[in-house]
Amino acid sequence: MSEFLQQLINGLSLGAIYALIALGYTMVYGVLRFINFAHSDVFMVGSFIGYYLGKIIPENTIWGGLVILLGAMLGCALLGMLIERLAYRRLRGGPTLNVLITAIGVSLLLEYSGQVFFGATPRTFPSVFPSANFSFGSLVISSNQIIVIVVAALLMVALQLIVYRTKIGTAMRAVSLNPKAAQLVGVNNDVVISFTFGLGSALAGAGGILYALNYPSIDPLMGVMPGLKAFVAAVLGGIGNIPGAALGGLLLGTVETFVNGSQWSTYKDAIAFAILIIILLFRPAGLLGKFTVEKV
Amino acid sequence: MPRPHLYLLAALVAAAGLSHFSDRIDPYHLDVLTGIGINIILAVSLNLVNGYTGQFSLGHAGFMSVGAYLAAAVSLFLGPKILGEAGGTALQQGFMFLAALVAGGLGAAFAGLVVGVPSLRLKGDYLALVTLGFGEIIRVIFQNVEFLGGALGLNGIPAYTSIFWVLAFVALAVFVVTCLVNSTYGRGFLATHDDEIASEAVGLNTTRYKIVAFVIGAFFAGTAGGLYGHFKMTITPTGFDFTKSIEIVVMVIMGGMGNTLGVILAAVLLTLLPELLRPIAEYRMILYSLLLIILMLARPQGLFNFKLGKAKS
Repeated sequence: MSEFLQQLINGLSLGAIYALIALGYTMVYGVLRFINFAHSDVFMVGSFIGYYLGKIIPENTIWGGLVILLGAMLGCALLGMLIERLAYRRLRGGPTLNVLITAIGVSLLLEYSGQVFFGATPRTFPSVFPSANFSFGSLVISSNQIIVIVVAALLMVALQLIVYRTKIGTAMRAVSLNPKAAQLVGVNNDVVISFTFGLGSALAGAGGILYALNYPSIDPLMGVMPGLKAFVAAVLGGIGNIPGAALGGLLLGTVETFVNGSQWSTYKDAIAFAILIIILLFRPAGLLGKFTVEKV
Repeated sequence: MPRPHLYLLAALVAAAGLSHFSDRIDPYHLDVLTGIGINIILAVSLNLVNGYTGQFSLGHAGFMSVGAYLAAAVSLFLGPKILGEAGGTALQQGFMFLAALVAGGLGAAFAGLVVGVPSLRLKGDYLALVTLGFGEIIRVIFQNVEFLGGALGLNGIPAYTSIFWVLAFVALAVFVVTCLVNSTYGRGFLATHDDEIASEAVGLNTTRYKIVAFVIGAFFAGTAGGLYGHFKMTITPTGFDFTKSIEIVVMVIMGGMGNTLGVILAAVLLTLLPELLRPIAEYRMILYSLLLIILMLARPQGLFNFKLGKAKS
């Protein structure tokens, strides 16, 4: 039983990170209907921003950790908006395939640039927050796991407030429903889409820091697998659906942790894709998504 | 004899002729040429799926790996039993290799059928993801099969691949794809690409067309994998990951989606490009990805698509 609880906690803290990344995929899909393949590399850049900030900011302090977290979020938000402005905006309204390929191109560009400028060898991420282990009987919870879950939960609540309680959030939902109609009632689509990219990328940046806290070996290709899995999480919850992405992330992280602890551990990378295929074949709208019939 | 058959015959004769002089060609150039040939097979076969039929597969490297492993297994495990300790004559080895390649191709085609039947109901982004997922699952499975070397891969595969075999299979792949799409039956692929609903309305079974395209594409990807394995003499599961699939997709898109000649040119260019950029080794992949983005922004219809005034989506 205690082992089950332990795995559950490990799974939830991994799932919370997947959920943060998945939110970025889902929001971009919501407004633009395309898969932003470069999102996983924005996540990687977030980790590296944290790594370099960690060199100038004292380690093991709460405020230092928060500064690093906010710095990575800000840096990633700017990067996300820059990518949207330079690469995607001109292709808006064109065939989705071209946007998809451009996204793959941006993803490769970030990975290869990372290998040249950061170096391809893995780096050790500094311990930015003070760390301790709390034990409850045989159950061990690290402070980093608590930080991950708390920060992720706060960010998701903040996102929910932004999307449902602010003017720009209302505009985002309007663009997601119908871009042309939104424009007619005076929404500036460019600003809204730019903001969406910024918001999603900031969450990816936070995810990058939180991921590196628990898995402190970072390299320029670290984003690929978490990125793909977070995407699976977004599809699992219902792409374009914000609570769905959070649910999908938590579910996927938990399942993966349990598989990792079983005798099938070497297949853990395949599990996410197996889930993806099953979901797409039997319930393409995802767990919380609404099923829509495609009209001619 | 109809014209395409003459071309095929001519290409095979040319391949045999070139392979006769192959020991006079610089080995480095020969290696590059082999790499180009293998990429042409991959790109032309994927073009049948992504270009002519309008589906979006991101799992071509998965089928390539099935072919590579199966062909290598035939050569490694069955080869010594059939050819004996001495290794047999060159002719025997040739037949053995052909059998291995066909086995690899058929295995990949079967994998294509297994993947295609359930997933081709999906469209666009979703199909891309499912095929990507299958490709990754195939890779993880190979990583876990001890019999096939696990994560270390298979080593010591006999170096059967020669320029003759590569060019012969390039000729065969181009021949099959060209004849297929130009046949009465093959018009169905283009119809599926242009408008699925209209095709179904006139009685075409679009699902079957998609599956046929997928299976034939997978077959040639498998043979390309077999050629690759017997060329590099070693294969690892990570050599066939999703980066490789993307590389092939880029060739197809650059060639202009459904334009065999363009796709061949793109395969040649994209294989040569990293070689030509070798002096600036560090930055070459950055340049490669930048070119990809610029290409999409500047010429979304493909670099080698010269059909003007006919924008395809």
